[in-house]
Amino acid sequence: MTTQTINETLDARNLNCPLPILRTKKALNAMNSGELLQIQATDPGSVNDLSAFCAQTGNELISSEEGANEFIFIIRKTGS
Amino acid sequence: MNAIAEQIQDLSQMDNWFDQRFEEKMAERKANHTPSMTIISTKGTLDMAYPPFILASTAAALGWDVEIFFTFYGLSLLKKELDLEISPLGNPAMPMKMPMGPEWLRKTNINIPNVVMAGVPGFEKVATGLMKKTMANKGIATIDELRSMCIEAEVKLVACQMTVDLFETSRDDYIPEISDWIGAASFLPKAQQADVSLFI
Repeated sequence: MTTQTINETLDARNLNCPLPILRTKKALNAMNSGELLQIQATDPGSVNDLSAFCAQTGNELISSEEGANEFIFIIRKTGS
Repeated sequence: MNAIAEQIQDLSQMDNWFDQRFEEKMAERKANHTPSMTIISTKGTLDMAYPPFILASTAAALGWDVEIFFTFYGLSLLKKELDLEISPLGNPAMPMKMPMGPEWLRKTNINIPNVVMAGVPGFEKVATGLMKKTMANKGIATIDELRSMCIEAEVKLVACQMTVDLFETSRDDYIPEISDWIGAASFLPKAQQADVSLFI
């Protein structure tokens, strides 16, 4: 877990592919470069998808964790 | 002799220089390249409406340039009023499961003879209703929702002019976000330039 402040949070629970990615993209669009976005999701596919999304868009996946019945991701907006 | 040896050395230096520059240029080109995708959407059933809109909206989220060419039955995915149905008949892989009721019933695959699927009036309406309920239960986006997201993400929606004439519909039946009404000759050069091109 990072000790830095989370700037925005996104609740993508109970959403299935490709909605968590689309909502993430939308949330990042509204943020400034360098800010952190925390995402909660329940779709197991989002683990691979968010990592692929970050690799392709140049955003930084800071952490990807499995919590109780959900996944928690933190992304730093670095890309466009 | 010395002159020849020098020339040979020059050549090999030039080779090295070229290899290095080539690598750099290729890396620069790759870094500046925006990936692109074109999709040909030809089917108008609910199940076949998902792949083009899912792939297009996701590719747009990845920063790709995307264009979908809607032709034949695919054009119905651009109607103002979406009324898409699934077609269970002749679709042997399609499971028929109940979206409601006890767990054992939800997991049971109900085999329905073709004669029932074909002969019972309204069977497709019922099957479509059950499929939509199942999708909502699983948090899957509706086609309306995915289409709006594509529009918002500036996916280019182009429609086939010939299809409108063929089915005798009017351009007014379709959403105004259609950027162009084109034919095969206008679409193919775009597909040729695209990194990914799919026929759905």
